[in-house]
Amino acid sequence: MPAVIECCDLRKSYDGGVEAVCGLNLKIEAGECFGLLGPNGAGKTTTIEILEGLLEPSSGDVTILGHSWNKHRRELREKIGISLQETRLSEKLTVRETLRLFASFYCEPRHPDDVLEALELNEKADALVGTLSGGQKQRLAVATALVASPRVLFLDEPTTGLDPQSRRQLWETIREFQRAGGTVLLTTHYMDEAERLCHRLAIIDHGQVIAQGTPGALIADLGGHHVVEFALADRSGNEPALWRALPGVDSVRSDDGKTSLAVREPHKTIPALLDVVEKRSAQLEHLTTRQASLEDVFVRLTGRHLRED
Amino acid sequence: MTVAQPSSPASKKRPLARSALRNGRWAGFRHLLGARLLELAREREVIFWVFGFPPLLALGLGFAFRNKPADRTTIALVSTPYTSHVLSLIDQARERSAIRTERVDRARAADGLRLGKYDLVVEPLADDRVQYNYDPSRPESVLSHSEVDDALQTAAGRKPVLETSVHLSSEPGSRYIDFLIPGLIGMNLMNSGMWGIGFALVDMRQRKLLKRFVATPMRRGDFLMALASSRLILMVIEVGLLLGFGVFIFHMRVLGSFASILLIGAVGAVAFGGLGLLAASRAQKIESVSGLINVVMMPMWIFSGVFFSYERFPALIQPFIKLLPLTALNDALRATILEGSALAGQSGRLLVMFLWGGIAFALALRWFRWT
Repeated sequence: MPAVIECCDLRKSYDGGVEAVCGLNLKIEAGECFGLLGPNGAGKTTTIEILEGLLEPSSGDVTILGHSWNKHRRELREKIGISLQETRLSEKLTVRETLRLFASFYCEPRHPDDVLEALELNEKADALVGTLSGGQKQRLAVATALVASPRVLFLDEPTTGLDPQSRRQLWETIREFQRAGGTVLLTTHYMDEAERLCHRLAIIDHGQVIAQGTPGALIADLGGHHVVEFALADRSGNEPALWRALPGVDSVRSDDGKTSLAVREPHKTIPALLDVVEKRSAQLEHLTTRQASLEDVFVRLTGRHLRED
Repeated sequence: MTVAQPSSPASKKRPLARSALRNGRWAGFRHLLGARLLELAREREVIFWVFGFPPLLALGLGFAFRNKPADRTTIALVSTPYTSHVLSLIDQARERSAIRTERVDRARAADGLRLGKYDLVVEPLADDRVQYNYDPSRPESVLSHSEVDDALQTAAGRKPVLETSVHLSSEPGSRYIDFLIPGLIGMNLMNSGMWGIGFALVDMRQRKLLKRFVATPMRRGDFLMALASSRLILMVIEVGLLLGFGVFIFHMRVLGSFASILLIGAVGAVAFGGLGLLAASRAQKIESVSGLINVVMMPMWIFSGVFFSYERFPALIQPFIKLLPLTALNDALRATILEGSALAGQSGRLLVMFLWGGIAFALALRWFRWT
């Protein structure tokens, strides 16, 4: 089965010579929800806009539903729905008028009222867009994408700046679209969003894919599924080799005085860790253990945190 | 060819909702135009500046320059031993009601003249000698001089040597308001064309709405056509409103046909729409397009004869003035409305507007940035 979205050695450099995307390969299958995860400025938006046919790549090939943008632009536009990062729709139109306008661009759109219902916007159908809350505006932006009755949905940071409830509402909408057979490509810098929503994801940094796979596999690749974090009062005797030698430790990272151990079996590591602390008569200032997350994957791969802006 | 889908988890769930609509070729255009008109109708400021302001301006200027008698002139009469004689001469004059005199010393008189308080300083040097003092570059001073001199000479016994008769003309058609209304129509079409197209487009670009639109199958030509159509619809209302205002409030006589006036208006709207599009073709920010639009409009505000005839400018620059689109529009409107001249006679002016609009449009399409 051919991929729904495919790109090969994608590159994009801007006038100043900065390469925003350097040699990106992606292959997204039908019915998948695929995420591009990365910090701000990693090249996510440039990538998704090239895939959406809104930006011309400097080099590389893009195929959507087996077609290329250059030859089948109109047909492709009919089949994909797009929500851009921060579009401010006309404030003087109502929600329903906005959706009708967008529906009118497509040969066979979904009925605007169906979409209003699906996104729980019926109560606001006759309200001017200018009076909507941030969450409602974001839902309307996704509604303008869904009214296309698309086979592929592109969402650029769909939940940035939303409150938790609005985010969950949008996640549900995206899942529903994907359950109905649609393919989704979204960008995000929220790791929890990527973890919960995406079947597969690509972690992007400096315009390149630095890791790709299911969230579970990416976390498993980290070596351990748990993270033990601790800090000693006396920071001088902090030797990574010592911690690395503890049972069940796959990797060690020091960050801001804290040491993080990627651990497969915390019940073996923690007693051993406490033993060492006891023997050296050091003082433990802080100790936590948690499930490993995509954040840890990102930190491991880049040495930085996702949200370091 | 395989019909069966591989059983991915997705295919077991309910199918994509079936679309209930089928759109024809012009659905996008119709909705874009409808949306544009709705937006305009809901924008109170736009309504005021496009529809409310020009009639108010006409009203204000129309009453200010109504057929009132010429302004009274205020003169300074310098106090000398001969002043009372001159004063009595002025009092005998027929024009005395139009002359206001103030007796002051020489220094005050000079000050007042400099500040524009007095149009003229009259200094009696003897019972039969008077000296005038004024700035010849001030029209009101020149007028005052001839008026006062005439009054004094006549009162002192001068007899007219030439018999003259006067026919006063304040018929509809030759009043200031008749000149003004077509000029206001032209100016309004320029303002609303340039702002209505230029500002709207850059605003949409800044909001990334243009980018969002081109991310749909929307035809770009339809989008521009809808914008142009909304301008034409507004143009009819603008022209009708100002013309109706002139006719009903100021009893203006419209000699040309309404159809010709609308046609000229449409060509003007196209010209300024094209210029607005050009101004907006690359600007990313409202501020930059505002500056650009003002730079384009400023010379026409000054030179194109909106409020006063451009005949006052030096003959050397007259040909350039006539090549400005607003000059062409104003001249064509005045010729049609006030003189009832046929459209054929306006072909040169229509061509000027068409070229401005056409060239601007062609360049704009080449440079236009949707994102």
